[in-house]
Amino acid sequence: MNGNGKDDHIETGFLLRQDRLPHIWCPGCGLGTVLQSFLRALVKSELPLEKVAIVSGIGCTGRVAGYVKLDSFHTTHGRAIPFATGLKLANPEMKVVVFSGDGDLTSIGGNHLIHAARRNMDLTVICVNNFIYGMTGGQVAPTTPVNARTSTSPLGNFEPAFNLPNLVTAAGATYVARWTAIHVRRLENTMTEALHKKGFSFVEVITPCPTHYGRKNRQGSGLTQLKYYRDNSVIKHGAQLGEVGIGMTDPITVGKFVDIERPTFSDLQSRIRSPKTAAEVQSTKK
Amino acid sequence: MASHGPLVGEFFMNGDEACAEGAISAGCRFFAGYPITPATEIAERMAERLPEVGGTFIQMEDEIASMAAILGGSWGGVKSMTATSGPGFSLMMENIGLGAMMETPCVVADVQRAGPSTGLPTLTAQGDMMQARWGSHGLYGIIALSPSSPQEMFTLTIKAFNLSEKYRVPVLIMGDESVAHMSEKVTIPPPEQLEIFPRRKTSLPPEEYLPYKPDADLVPPMANAGEGYFYHVTGLTHDERGYPDMSAEAQQKLVRRLIDKIDLNKKDIIEIEEDQIDGAEVVVCSYGISARVALLAVKAAREEGVKVGMLRLITVWPFPDERIRQIAGKVKAFVVPELNAGQIALEVERCVAGKAKTILVPHMGGAVHDPKVILEAIKKAAK
Ligand code: SF4
Repeated sequence: MNGNGKDDHIETGFLLRQDRLPHIWCPGCGLGTVLQSFLRALVKSELPLEKVAIVSGIGCTGRVAGYVKLDSFHTTHGRAIPFATGLKLANPEMKVVVFSGDGDLTSIGGNHLIHAARRNMDLTVICVNNFIYGMTGGQVAPTTPVNARTSTSPLGNFEPAFNLPNLVTAAGATYVARWTAIHVRRLENTMTEALHKKGFSFVEVITPCPTHYGRKNRQGSGLTQLKYYRDNSVIKHGAQLGEVGIGMTDPITVGKFVDIERPTFSDLQSRIRSPKTAAEVQSTKK
Repeated sequence: MASHGPLVGEFFMNGDEACAEGAISAGCRFFAGYPITPATEIAERMAERLPEVGGTFIQMEDEIASMAAILGGSWGGVKSMTATSGPGFSLMMENIGLGAMMETPCVVADVQRAGPSTGLPTLTAQGDMMQARWGSHGLYGIIALSPSSPQEMFTLTIKAFNLSEKYRVPVLIMGDESVAHMSEKVTIPPPEQLEIFPRRKTSLPPEEYLPYKPDADLVPPMANAGEGYFYHVTGLTHDERGYPDMSAEAQQKLVRRLIDKIDLNKKDIIEIEEDQIDGAEVVVCSYGISARVALLAVKAAREEGVKVGMLRLITVWPFPDERIRQIAGKVKAFVVPELNAGQIALEVERCVAGKAKTILVPHMGGAVHDPKVILEAIKKAAK
């Protein structure tokens, strides 16, 4: 695909729990592709696998944790980020990846998303955005474009949608990128970079959900949706973040938007630590 | 990070501070919390003390995040804790259930205040006792302890960590505002005199390890994240591999075990304090601050010649059914003073099963009982 033949043979099967396959995802769903890009990124990152953990919330994307042969945690709806925060702080040598859907991360989990970005918590968050709630049957999400139909916006969504790169950047994320499920190689490279980034990295992946979003909005099969992404994506690294919102029929701006350095929560915390001796502690406490 | 040991010696401190020191003595090195009266001083003390002992404190964005974070912290291999009061305890419930389902050792201190809703934020109550048992959805076993003094806020916090590691379950410390805010002498013994139950680690290599295959006491040994075990952990019903299994059989096997691992180990878990139960005509059964107040009434009743015994629940959940049944056959009545409209009294009544009377002495909270009211109830029960 990228003309670089040697990249095409990254072995990723050993990273899957083969005994759990087939997976539950629908035919044409983008989740398999995104997961595959992640696994390739993981191999390319050369991180020691026992030091990588994956945490997800609930929903179709939430099931990712169950298919990946890492220490993997399938937690409660919206709470993958705080769970991952605890895991990371308890075991700082680990690379903790949160892999979850747009509803999980930005609706019920929205508070945790902005605070983890604000703290620059050292996590990689992969947000699979299919503009809709998949597992519960295609309801409106905070990412549903205006006018899109869902089972709880049958007359067309009238609520403005989150521009996620803008949101997390404003909150303090130090690495922010967006691709679609057709940009598999670029996605893989971005994920590799994100895995090596120290600080809060956020990768949004626009992904087809043919079963709900595609069907309700006459966008056709997964493949048709991918073709749409191919024809309607504009790569614009460092784009003005106010302008990367996604409409029903507008072009989708993709690329790496933010890659800056800022001390992480743990960096700042270790700076303020001034260990006292046990004797000093006792004398102040008596 | 240099690590300094816990405090040792005699201190004058309040219950919240004692709880924090108990946690540190127990080896807790991760605290995630959100401020709420009357539990805030636990977080404040941890914010100061954890950096001194090489631990991590984080003030999360809310109680839901705090509870999720300590589950993550525990899987990361560090003894973890949070503290809250009623409204925050309600918010934590979903993830307390996740902790029970994933079998995650961790400790939650609920310093109770009067509710419902915002209620009386700075005044005492015991209104969360049933929430402690049944607060999260579904079925699971849980352990809850009820301290009556700052000293017990210290010792029972250590016990909470021990039980939590031993049975791989969230353990709840059901304090109350009075105990949390009273200051008394607290003795902290040297670390070598404390019994600390270590994490139940598996001795099997990753290829042979099944994360949810229990030992004989129904508790599976654990592997921490990052140790190369590559396990899957989920809040879904799962098999011994930790893989989701959406069958009634898997549900029966797993949930039955989550309940049984607490129930069948009751003897080891339950701690109660008894005073002059033999030959008693009436037994006062109480816990937390109410038990301390009730003791005044018991003493006064004895001076008036009433044969009254005292049963103080230190472990509230699991409930000491068996002991109460034994006593029930020999006494006229149980008198149960509590700062609610009768939560534990219902349990007493259930165990007594008509063999004696159960007399609730309720109080809606905001203050402790007037001992005279309890005394009157004891005297009436003895007639
Ligand atoms: S419902 Fe949508 S997101 Fe979920 S598996 Fe099916 S296609 Fe994928």
